Amino acid sequence: MNTLSINLPGLDLKNPIMPASGCFGFGREYSQFYDLSSLGAIMIKATTAEPRFGNPTPRVAETSAGMLNAIGLQNPGLEKVLEEELTWLEQFDVPIIANVAGSCEEDYVHVAREISKAPNVHALELNISCPNVKEGGIAFGTIPEVAREVTRKVKQVSDVPVYVKLSPNVSSIVEIAKAVESGGADGITMINTLLGMRIDLRTGKPVLANTTGGLSGPAIKPVALRMVYEVNQHISIPIIGMGGISTAEDAMEFIYAGASAVAVGTANFVDPFVCPKIIDELPGLLQKIGAAHISECIGRSWKQNEAIANHRA
Amino acid sequence: MIKNEQLMIVSQKQIAESIYELTLQGELVSEMKQPGQFVHLKTGDGYEPLLRRPISISSIDNEKKQFTMIYRAEGRGTALLSAKKEKQKVDVLGPLGNGFPVEAAAEGETALLIGGGIGVPPLFELSRKLTEKGVRVIHVLGFQTKNAMFYEQQFSLLGETHIATVDGSYGTKGLVTDVIDNLRDNFAAIYSCGPTPMLKAVQDKFQGRDVFLSLEERMGCGIGACFACVCHAAEGAGGKSYRKVCSDGPVFPAGEVVL
Repeated sequence: MNTLSINLPGLDLKNPIMPASGCFGFGREYSQFYDLSSLGAIMIKATTAEPRFGNPTPRVAETSAGMLNAIGLQNPGLEKVLEEELTWLEQFDVPIIANVAGSCEEDYVHVAREISKAPNVHALELNISCPNVKEGGIAFGTIPEVAREVTRKVKQVSDVPVYVKLSPNVSSIVEIAKAVESGGADGITMINTLLGMRIDLRTGKPVLANTTGGLSGPAIKPVALRMVYEVNQHISIPIIGMGGISTAEDAMEFIYAGASAVAVGTANFVDPFVCPKIIDELPGLLQKIGAAHISECIGRSWKQNEAIANHRA
Repeated sequence: MIKNEQLMIVSQKQIAESIYELTLQGELVSEMKQPGQFVHLKTGDGYEPLLRRPISISSIDNEKKQFTMIYRAEGRGTALLSAKKEKQKVDVLGPLGNGFPVEAAAEGETALLIGGGIGVPPLFELSRKLTEKGVRVIHVLGFQTKNAMFYEQQFSLLGETHIATVDGSYGTKGLVTDVIDNLRDNFAAIYSCGPTPMLKAVQDKFQGRDVFLSLEERMGCGIGACFACVCHAAEGAGGKSYRKVCSDGPVFPAGEVVL
């Protein structure tokens, strides 16, 4: 029996482990290390309507137990992703979650409509951390009404379920989560990177050419866990959790916090084999904690509390 | 093929100010075919430092399954690496990237190898491979100062070697370009690795010739997945075409990328 299988809107996952968007390209590089069909799913690099070069270098800077990146959504654009990357990925038996980015609502709608038609795209992941150029560059994901509206519009045109990727750079992530749920989101992926920076001691200037960048890696895991824990208690759609996951134990923490599946990001850069390693280790970990199936563990951190509270009442 | 393996330290020694020579042994060495490739090393065991460090390969001994790197202990990662001792293991991902084309110079022809600072090491294996097939090599190596200089003797054994130091403490005072201006040979191929301004000067000086430049850039994954080390391609400059330094390079023919 497969103790790791999970069913989510649009996604029949062999296991709950998938590489996170932006940390795996379109899979080509990692296919030289292992069979991509062993993954639960693949979240491909953010796709925009037109090709994007991205930011000047340096685009990355290391931090304590983490890294900052400001790649700038470099990607070959919708047409090439459809023709070259997604068709190449068809050789693998793995559902693709297409990350959709844009700088205005029309961009999201256009990319979502087209990319959701690809046969191996089983779900979309809306990257709402992008600046909205029509609203003075404020990220879509920071204002509940704006987040709900872009979710609603994308839902109208998408052929597959829509997951919304939440930005942690907000005052209340629960409010944003509720807003995208009311906009019709089928699920939530969280968290995107935390905004940060580093300064070069020799020059006194920011290390990243873009000045600021997104913090990822083990350093952000406690923050991500807390957010998954909170959001899971206020919405009824499933969560794919991410933020610093490097081991099977990390993955299990997120599942306990309330994630139904998890994505592995920065750890792929450190160890290209990290995803299959976690998948191999999960059954043993389940046995160790005495669970018959991974689904029993989802949200155990707060559901137990609730069960205990109800019992006492 | 790229492999990930724990390699054993055969030797580690300091050979100049902040400069270390590290030799590792393991099966992965049999995958190393081309001078100018690099490896991606884990310098610590936990999450500190988190990312691997890209370090160029300075010589390969396929028979002994050993390879050598010369690196500068500058930041946390390389400082940790320099503290490692014989018999300890190092987590290596590699070999990575595309190196120098040895075939660009034929037997009896002359090749010019120009290195600056910590860009010098990969030229050593290149010089060995070139001289092995009967190519005459001329080395022009630049350092900040005499104390930071290394491998003068080793290079001299392979061919004519000119040294330049910025402070004039050894060899010609100035930059490698000051030496090159006085060379009168006819070069079949020119190979260079070092700081970008130096590469640009080499590219400008030898326009229309077979010039190969090895670039340096901050890297994330080292295998082409993260898009950290991207540079503009010369075709449609300032536009959207690009090359990844880690997986398309680090060696590019002059003119292929914008320096």
